[in-house]
Amino acid sequence: MAEKLFGKAMKRVEDPRFITGTGNYTDDMTLPGMVHAAMVRSPYAHARIKKIDVSKARSHPGVLAVITGQEMKDAGINSIPTGWLHPGIKTPPHYAITFDKARHVGDIVAAVIAETRQIAEDAAQLVEVDYEPLPAVSLGSDALKPGAPAVHDDIPDNICFTWSIGDKEAVDKAFASAYKTVKLNLRNNRLVPNAMEPRASLAQYHKASDEYTLWTTSQNPHIHRLLIAAFIMGIPEHKLRVIAPDVGGGFGSKIYQYPEEIIVLYAAKKLGRPVKWTARRSESFVTDSHGRDHETVAEMAVDQNGKITAVRVNTIANLGAYLTTFAPAVPTYLYGCLLAGTYTTPHIYCHVTAPFTHTTPVDAYRGAGRPEATYLLERLVDVMAHELGMDPVEFRRKNLIPPDAFPYQTPVALQYDSGNYEANLDKALELVGYKQLRQQQEEWRKQGRYMGIGVVTYIEACGLAPSALVGSLGAQAGQWESALVRVMPTGKVEVFTGTHSHGQGHETAFAQVVADELQIPVEDVVLVHGDTGRMPYGWGSYGSRSAPTGLSAIVLATRKIIDKSKKIAAHLLEAAPEDIVHEDGKFMVKGVPDKAKTFFEIALQAHLAHNYPADLEPGLEATHFYDPKNFVYPFGTHIAVVEVDPETGKVRLLRYLSVDDCGPVINPLIAEGQVHGGIAQGLGQALLEEAVYDKEGQILSGNFLEYTLPRADDMVQIEHDHTVTPCPHNPLGVKGIGEAGTIASTAAIANAVMDALRPFGIVHLDMPYTPEKIWRAIQHSRPAQAAD
Amino acid sequence: MAEKVQIKVVVNGVEHHSEVEPRLLLVHYLRETLGLTGTHVGCDTSQCGACTVHLDGQAVKSCTLFAVQADGSSITTIEGLGSVDSLHPVQEGFWEMHGLQCGFCTPGMIMAAADLLNRNPQPSEEEIRHALEGNLCRCTGYHNIVRAVQYAANKMAGKVGVAADD
Ligand code: FES
Ligand code: FES
Repeated sequence: MAEKLFGKAMKRVEDPRFITGTGNYTDDMTLPGMVHAAMVRSPYAHARIKKIDVSKARSHPGVLAVITGQEMKDAGINSIPTGWLHPGIKTPPHYAITFDKARHVGDIVAAVIAETRQIAEDAAQLVEVDYEPLPAVSLGSDALKPGAPAVHDDIPDNICFTWSIGDKEAVDKAFASAYKTVKLNLRNNRLVPNAMEPRASLAQYHKASDEYTLWTTSQNPHIHRLLIAAFIMGIPEHKLRVIAPDVGGGFGSKIYQYPEEIIVLYAAKKLGRPVKWTARRSESFVTDSHGRDHETVAEMAVDQNGKITAVRVNTIANLGAYLTTFAPAVPTYLYGCLLAGTYTTPHIYCHVTAPFTHTTPVDAYRGAGRPEATYLLERLVDVMAHELGMDPVEFRRKNLIPPDAFPYQTPVALQYDSGNYEANLDKALELVGYKQLRQQQEEWRKQGRYMGIGVVTYIEACGLAPSALVGSLGAQAGQWESALVRVMPTGKVEVFTGTHSHGQGHETAFAQVVADELQIPVEDVVLVHGDTGRMPYGWGSYGSRSAPTGLSAIVLATRKIIDKSKKIAAHLLEAAPEDIVHEDGKFMVKGVPDKAKTFFEIALQAHLAHNYPADLEPGLEATHFYDPKNFVYPFGTHIAVVEVDPETGKVRLLRYLSVDDCGPVINPLIAEGQVHGGIAQGLGQALLEEAVYDKEGQILSGNFLEYTLPRADDMVQIEHDHTVTPCPHNPLGVKGIGEAGTIASTAAIANAVMDALRPFGIVHLDMPYTPEKIWRAIQHSRPAQAAD
Repeated sequence: MAEKVQIKVVVNGVEHHSEVEPRLLLVHYLRETLGLTGTHVGCDTSQCGACTVHLDGQAVKSCTLFAVQADGSSITTIEGLGSVDSLHPVQEGFWEMHGLQCGFCTPGMIMAAADLLNRNPQPSEEEIRHALEGNLCRCTGYHNIVRAVQYAANKMAGKVGVAADD
């Protein structure tokens, strides 16, 4: 019997190419005759473009073309659409190259194509743009003030949409009769995703067939093909092939349809030569979609028994200058619907106002809405527990949704399918030694050392999602996923998935599952993804959907292969198909082990069809389109332990423990890796990272010197364990794990830092907790105590 | 355009004579002139370490040097460190310990880690973290990178099969 691979910490099959430097990222590619693009970008956050003079740039030796927005518009290239609509939403145009106004620093005003990148970049400096700088606004709440400069002329109040969920009246009533209430004003800091591979695109036009190929750094090549074909460029969809080769991390930032992809496609046809563009990091900082950026008033009400009775949230969610592909979904359905968390809160109301500002567009960044929800909810819980004089863990315990309450209908639309929160919490508390930690904290405080313990019990809704549901909420896309399993005559198997792996190890984990299902060696399975020319239609990877939706499609396609194989085996073995069992890698007559056919024999016969059932199609491949029945709901407990040095304000992470429940774990190595990376990104938000804009819309932290990513010495070895509560509605019971770390860790670290600062009477500070911010807060609140 | 300059470098054991523009960065020379695309570019401020190679046996960020400055030297890139059939212990450690996800930082990370082990064959966890401070990884949270380096250190010390975190 072949060893079962589900659950095995198999080394990754994708690694040999990466550890030997033979991966194939977009910028690694060179095509014969290839030329290079450089973008001319606005240095102003808001300016009218009065005139563009390209003559100097155009006559620079080696320059082949200088493309303006007007030229592309005249050529019939349309605005880039958004992929999610709310009732009443304003969708101002977003042209790949702007021609009337620049609306954020980095907005493209022209593109130079030249023989080399160096020449293109030199010539980009020679494009003379006559700007009339205009007043700009960078903060969401400032954009809403009367008289604020309008980002789009026909939206004078800057409001893209407002959105709300929940029963406001019931919530207001609960607050009116509450035993206690707490209120926090929170700023969820704006982040720059910073995948380590800068974005890049390479386009080729094939004149003879009038076809295009676009290689691009994408999490979802089919979405690009659809948007470019149907909306932006009018290329017939079957004449455009989009390939996302090896992609160096995405975290949401490589979902969207970016302008540069349109520009290289346009230029490739115009010049009849392949055109490549690769972002410099300084360009990434101002053009990759940003994340978070909320200003929120969050309130919680409890009764005298310490039960949460209501949560009320009012958020201003900064969208930046333009709507990108999923931006409207992030601060709404992926945010407001998560505000029940793991708790039985009966009444929740959330209102969101989403303004445009003169900043880089904001869209999904790892977790996308759910970290923002978790952060505010878990901060409220800690502050309320303190207000009630309760241990934050005991306050949580009192309010957790009990295991017998599932399926659990929250007051904010979601129906949680499964969960076992208290058992998970208990496991985490035991592993971390919570009681001892609290004792240690007491002792340290006596010595003037400030330890903080932050606990978070989180839920996430991922595995996007039933298509009819997301359609009813405004998605302009389906969210099912496809799989094609193709068996070759030699019994080797190609698996095509519509999801995309850019670090998540699908080539390994998905092959493990297919090998198990087909009972064949894992080496005989290869996963193919990221190429619209090879796979059936698919929606890509984001929202932790690849395992719950993509892999479900694969499993169900694989099971079709098994069913067909049984029919072939029955014919060959002269038995009834119902009597064929699939065991030990063979198809055999039940109870007669020597009457058996190997998978190879079946595959071969399926292709020869010499000795074959009359009513069966030859060949052995199967396609499955899987539309999930619900979201999946991973959950868990994260505990951070920090020490704050009151002299310097520096926060040091001492320990970090997570107990996550993503259902059955396919490959623990990969799942844990996802958690580690997510935690580091969450720590980044809590302690280090912030895209800071000045009032004029200039980014002040636009490089790795000013914008601090977590480095090796910011992290500790993470303690990790899991509980297993299978998802009841997909074939393997699996749930997503890609975003859990980020969703929980920002709040866990924030709670830990605030816990450490409690002796100073500090209730809340906004992230990131830089040494300066903490030092100042300590000075400000208890100068006497801080001094000793 | 400036005069081109003649340089001679040995890269992964192979001697190259090239004419380069004086302002050509070493990393672009490696990637574009020699087609060694395993060395990556992750930033334009010398902060990320994705471009790390060994120059005369020492780790350098190849985006901080002009190709002409490498004239006469010997360079090892990720492609020359080991091959799939005979991996360098650090490469093996990264594979065994899942020290990479998207793989983009990995070549630079491996070159930096190999350099550390040349200088300090048995580094502590703290020393590993400190030595890798100049290399950014957005995927792994560094947890398994630390274990990968520990694995390699053990392997190089002959302690084969000892799990890194035992
Ligand atoms: S590319 Fe050299 S340090 Fe970033
Ligand atoms: S593995 Fe992706 S950046 Fe390190």
